[in-house]
Amino acid sequence: MSDMTAEPVISARDVRVWYGTTRGAIQAVDGVSFDLRPGETLGLVGESGCGKSTLGRGLMGLLPEGAKRDGEVRYRGRDIFAMSAKEAYGLRGSDLGMIFQEPLTRLNPLMRISEHFEETITQHEPKLSKDEVRTRALEALRMMGIPPTRYRSYPHEFSGGMRQRLMIALALVLRPAFVVADEPTTALDVLVEAQIVQILNDLRRNFDTALLLITHNVGIVAEACDRVAVMYAGRIVEQGTVADVFSDPQHPYTRELLASTISLSTTGLRFIPGSPPDLVDPPAGCRFHPRCPDAMRICATTSPVPTTREAGGTVECWLRGPRDLTPAERAPLAHEELSDADEA
Amino acid sequence: MAGTGSGSLPRYIAQRVLLVIPMIWVILTLVFVVLRVAPGDPISAAVGGKLDADALAQRREALGLNRPMIAQYWDYLSSVAHLDFGTTFSDNQPVLRVIRDNGGATLSLTMAAFAIALLVGIPLGLVAGRYRDSIGDVVIRLFGILTYAAPIFFVGFLLQVYVAQPLGLPTGGASSPMTAFLVTPRTHILLIDVFLSGNSDAILDVLKHLLLPAVTLGLLICGVFIRLVRVNILQTMQADYVEAAEARGISRGKVTRHHALRNALVPVVTVIGLQFAMLLGGAVLTESTFNWPGLGQKLVDYINERDYGAVQGIVTIFAIAVVVVSVVVDVVNALIDPRVRY
Repeated sequence: MSDMTAEPVISARDVRVWYGTTRGAIQAVDGVSFDLRPGETLGLVGESGCGKSTLGRGLMGLLPEGAKRDGEVRYRGRDIFAMSAKEAYGLRGSDLGMIFQEPLTRLNPLMRISEHFEETITQHEPKLSKDEVRTRALEALRMMGIPPTRYRSYPHEFSGGMRQRLMIALALVLRPAFVVADEPTTALDVLVEAQIVQILNDLRRNFDTALLLITHNVGIVAEACDRVAVMYAGRIVEQGTVADVFSDPQHPYTRELLASTISLSTTGLRFIPGSPPDLVDPPAGCRFHPRCPDAMRICATTSPVPTTREAGGTVECWLRGPRDLTPAERAPLAHEELSDADEA
Repeated sequence: MAGTGSGSLPRYIAQRVLLVIPMIWVILTLVFVVLRVAPGDPISAAVGGKLDADALAQRREALGLNRPMIAQYWDYLSSVAHLDFGTTFSDNQPVLRVIRDNGGATLSLTMAAFAIALLVGIPLGLVAGRYRDSIGDVVIRLFGILTYAAPIFFVGFLLQVYVAQPLGLPTGGASSPMTAFLVTPRTHILLIDVFLSGNSDAILDVLKHLLLPAVTLGLLICGVFIRLVRVNILQTMQADYVEAAEARGISRGKVTRHHALRNALVPVVTVIGLQFAMLLGGAVLTESTFNWPGLGQKLVDYINERDYGAVQGIVTIFAIAVVVVSVVVDVVNALIDPRVRY
């Protein structure tokens, strides 16, 4: 488990990411803040299109052309958002690692596994001899359960689960202190999923890696994470330890998201009506208010501010403070605007 | 799954090479049929109207043209199997000697043209793809379309007038008479013989003669490579493995070269094979324009003389060359792309 007194490896403050489109700027990430300590895993959950992957890519500096980012992300005291492109390249792979969703297409089909490793290691450690490079690569493969006999194979000769383990080995061969895992198990079957979750668990225990685990699978967060951040329409609406947030969700969105989870005891499917808002023109006030069953008058006009949860962590909802609301503000919001058109 | 892939490379090559036999058989049959479907025959085309019917029949019999079609077909197949490509009717030479004496010039021309097309096309395509929609991209794309669309004789003519004249470059032939006289034919490929001779003046002379025809022919197909590489680079720069490489901090240049360009070049190898046929067609026109002493020029002469023996032999050789090149391309593809070796 993580040491809560240690200095954060990475500390993000007010991170914003925009995409320029012909319809206007999409505010995909809008003021996200979090800290990650060595050996700690933060689960980032939310619906598709709420900005999780954009946040992960933004932290890595892998945004597509036409995207802009702002805010401050301190990695070991240095602001990685203020760095030159060259400095940022130097950090990627050696200090910041990334594991992707689709392992099948993430390896260059024309390069042997050995070439992938050699390229990555020598890029960051040009002085290592060939033998040392090989030793390091084989060690990383061994930890992922891939035999050294497969070192000279091509990517197409591996199964999906093995390729994801290869990707993890490749991302971790230089022992980055901070790793973003973007839905690493989504494309895999449940048995392989369990294996990957186990690997990620071992990882932070053995190397004190700080992990940002992006997923829409609440079950994986419960299994693999220390803390969880719930994201909706570009903002983190609730953040805290997994135990606190899952046992006592303070934000209506968290509550509805957990209630929508399918388990063996599920008898009827629950879902949140509507879909995440268009981020070119997000709703005024709280972005969740058009879909929120508990929405009040104030939610439609004024954005809520982050408030400390009773058990620790933060929540962004007028129901939880920070101030007492007037009766007029507290009056329930009529939900006529959630028409069929909005749901479609 | 383990151990497949790279291990089956020899088997893959063997399969490809065996496939050459049916491919060549189909082509031989096509050549045979097409030449005989055309109205008339070589004898009446060459001397019809000048001789009486008996004399014509006599000549046809001498060449075996009066025999049943199936017997002629069988003779043709068996002689090609014995590497006997027949004899020309007009100057009574074995087709193989015509190939030997003129094929070298065509080979040098097409190879030099390929080299120019690739040397120009791949870097320009790379630049156009990496800097999409920039001024450079627009200019390069225009250049690619223009060179592809412009007729060879027109480009050749422009080069002769606006490049050869001011620079004093030769506008025809493969070498000056002096060089042809000095260089002893060993391989019958002048370009190689001149290097074997070690005579630097002669080498320079041959290269000067080669330059403009090769540029003319190379420009024709470099547009194909520009467009192909550009489109492929646009695609591979978006590929998941390119983003993954960037996430590992691999430098821009290495990502472009090792990941994007390498994958973008795989289809180029296939297209080289397809372009070879076009290049042989273009060689006929280039050789006429620059009076280049190659097979294409020779083929035009024989067609004008209605020498079907020669045409059949030369077309057969061209066709076999295209088939062999396509097999070589398949093998090269398998060496580059491990997924091809199923």
